[in-house]
Amino acid sequence: MTADITIADLDHTYPGATTPTLRRVTLEVPAGTRTAVLGPSGSGKSTLLSIVAGLSTPTGGDVRLAGHSVLRQPPHRRDLGVVFQRPLLFPHLTVAENVAFGLRMRGTDRTAIRRRVAELLDAVSLPGYGERRSGELSGGQQQRVALARALAARPGVLLLDEPFSALDPQLRGDMRALLTELHRREGSTTLFVTHDRDEATDVADTVTVLLDGRVAQHAPPADLFRRPATLTVARFLGGADNAIPGTASAGHFDCPLGRLRLDTDHRGPGLLLIRPAAIVVGDHPGDNVVPATITAVTDRGTHLDIQATSGGVTLQLTTGPAAPLRPGDDTPLWLPPAHLSVVTP
Amino acid sequence: MTETGLATGSRPVQEARPATGMRRPRRPLGVGLARPTVLILTGLWVAGPLLPLAVQAFTDQWFYPDLWPNRWSLAGWEQALGPQSRLAEAVATSIGIGAAVAALATALGAAAGRALAWHRLPGRRLIELVLLAPVLVPPFAVAMGAQIVYLRAGLADSLTGVVLAQLPAATAYATLLMSGMWAGVDPALERQARTLGAGAWRAFREVSLPQLRGGLVVAAMFAFLISWSDYLLTLLIGGGVVTTVPLLLFATAAGSGNQAATAAIALVAVAPPLLLTALAARQLAGRDTALLGVGR
Repeated sequence: MTADITIADLDHTYPGATTPTLRRVTLEVPAGTRTAVLGPSGSGKSTLLSIVAGLSTPTGGDVRLAGHSVLRQPPHRRDLGVVFQRPLLFPHLTVAENVAFGLRMRGTDRTAIRRRVAELLDAVSLPGYGERRSGELSGGQQQRVALARALAARPGVLLLDEPFSALDPQLRGDMRALLTELHRREGSTTLFVTHDRDEATDVADTVTVLLDGRVAQHAPPADLFRRPATLTVARFLGGADNAIPGTASAGHFDCPLGRLRLDTDHRGPGLLLIRPAAIVVGDHPGDNVVPATITAVTDRGTHLDIQATSGGVTLQLTTGPAAPLRPGDDTPLWLPPAHLSVVTP
Repeated sequence: MTETGLATGSRPVQEARPATGMRRPRRPLGVGLARPTVLILTGLWVAGPLLPLAVQAFTDQWFYPDLWPNRWSLAGWEQALGPQSRLAEAVATSIGIGAAVAALATALGAAAGRALAWHRLPGRRLIELVLLAPVLVPPFAVAMGAQIVYLRAGLADSLTGVVLAQLPAATAYATLLMSGMWAGVDPALERQARTLGAGAWRAFREVSLPQLRGGLVVAAMFAFLISWSDYLLTLLIGGGVVTTVPLLLFATAAGSGNQAATAAIALVAVAPPLLLTALAARQLAGRDTALLGVGR
């Protein structure tokens, strides 16, 4: 039932455009898993989804669903469900008729349709809403109906294009939880496009960062933050506050902070990255402890933003709100090796 | 509420109004009467010429300067509907041609309207100008040119020829109307339908068509009426072989001088437009169709 998605060397340029939208995009989504494509607007992520759905044609490369190339197949033969940013419910149909649409197109018999529609309306917490018109529903309810409609025919692949971006933040969290729950029930391979970091890491088991039409990194959410592949990825994910120049060698990084132990494939000149929240204030047995002087403390209420210098390098770090730190204090800082990464400057 | 409110006694009045706001100021009497007056005058202006017709059809003696006929009679109707009359045949021909023109023009108009509304066509402005041509170009010029072309093509003196000749004007109207309707339909809905397993044609039928229904009815009605009242093209292309109601009416008026019969036929010619307008008004009631001002 659920199918793996293979995107191979996909190129796309809009007619008349000088720069391509997608460049050699390669991506593998194993059956039953969830991948988020994360990128800023204009990164080509929606175009990518539209090509997988069959609504756009690539200029090169291939898309395979369950091992078969689908580029020659029109959208309605691709066995997928799509949810866009707008709910796009059919205005002349009731909620139940909307959910039933895909099943009706496939010629499913009426009793089976009725059963499946009721089951899905339950699953999206809208039981008894079947006879309503889409106009009578709130934005969040409409999007839930859209989700139910996309999943009704049990497609092998579920594609989502910024599905929760138009909803207010409170609702977004609920929708993410609902999506995770639906995925557990239905199991469709999910490809999810978003510009929202939290959404990507919340919903997906693997995140693909798309920058300027290229895959910049493909990793589980935690790795993405811990080990950004490039400085651009780190900047996009908001993790480039501490970028310290130095030289990498096998197991070490030499920089003004001293010789730090870490695990990196990088060799030669590079930038050391560590997130402010990963730096631990205080002594620690073992390596990577550097002496530092606190230069500034800003109380944010929920946490402290702290600036420190060590070996002439300024470091940004955050601690819990109760840390007894003042400007001028000398303290050792521990830079945990697992949170250090080296990128090309 | 302030004390001044109490003092002037205006408070109870204001309280009595619904608390939801929207306090409508009382309009002066003249403004209140303006609307019905304009409506009645317009109605008289449009329907006025028809009233003597309705009287004329039921009398054989109505002479100047009498305000009212001094004898009623059904002689005009007997003549118009009698065995040697060709009215029934003319009505059938008119309905047949009208239905064909309506069906073809609506289908073509719906297709062209979609292209105009949904796609960025090169020379879009030019296309829109061409669509307005039947309104702008004097019909006589068009009819004379058309006659030559249809004669050469061997389509003159035939029903097919008349239908084809009437089609451009009807299609232009239908296209203008339908492009307005299409502009109100979200193209993303058909895309969504396609991802749900509908082929291109099915997506159109299931998603866009139901939203266009009101517009299609109005377009078909317009097309039918354009055909129903056409005289010139039918005369020139039909070559006297194709006799529609307007042709019969003109022939009766000019040939027989029988005013009662002419009035009776004229009433028959007026009936379908009135009937269709009423039907269309019902179809459009409650819909937000701001098209060409129809139904709004």
